[in-house]
Amino acid sequence: MIAISVDSPAESETLRQSQGYTFPILSDANDEVIRRWDLVHAHGGRDGTDISRPAEFLIDSTGKVRWVNLTEDFIVRARPQEALAAFDAMKNSSGSGE
Amino acid sequence: MKRNWNWAVWTGALVVLAGIVSYPLYFIRFPALRDFPWANLPLIAMGLALLAVGLARAFRQPQLYRGKIFGSVLAVVSLALSGIFLYGLLIGARHVLPVSHGAPQVGQLAPDFTLPDSRNTPVNLTGTLSSAFAPNGATGSSTAAQPTAGVVLIFYRGYW
Repeated sequence: MIAISVDSPAESETLRQSQGYTFPILSDANDEVIRRWDLVHAHGGRDGTDISRPAEFLIDSTGKVRWVNLTEDFIVRARPQEALAAFDAMKNSSGSGE
Repeated sequence: MKRNWNWAVWTGALVVLAGIVSYPLYFIRFPALRDFPWANLPLIAMGLALLAVGLARAFRQPQLYRGKIFGSVLAVVSLALSGIFLYGLLIGARHVLPVSHGAPQVGQLAPDFTLPDSRNTPVNLTGTLSSAFAPNGATGSSTAAQPTAGVVLIFYRGYW
């Protein structure tokens, strides 16, 4: 699992340590990847800056997208079970279950 | 004759207020109650019903109950706050996010990227997919490295 936001590495590191997260949190401070993936929420940031909309992707080992969740309602987010179910479905279909 | 304290009006307004503030302060932690205000709607409805009972008393039996004026004020304020809260939550929240038609779709190749992690180490998507799984911060010996089956990529709004 990898997280991406516009926060700086230092901000993400503070968050990671305070919450005990073990997954990497990548910093896309210039919206470079967020823009390339068409996930920009223009002026969505606290001071009117462009940030990322909430979005979740499952990408398999060949780089192919296997599951996407682009919520229309910024209050409703993907539940962990949804991502796990997509992961199980991917493992079963690729036959590399363990 | 001393008129009675109109408890229904005050309790009603308090319940409405509790029904609104308990969403960001408490119920937002539970996904099912965050997605739809199952806990807050009944609270707000109960508060408004109490307010209605209190107002009816104040207007029908003004010789017995106080609250014609402050009851009306509380009712208007409570209705307005409930309206703003529910509109924002149920309708407004659906018109905030962009549609993102150009985002990678199922079956497409995810555009590769390299970004710094929270310790300024560059992380490359393709590299992560083809390498063994080793969580950031975990020490190598304690967790057995496994081939990566895939990556769940989560874009966050940030500002944690």
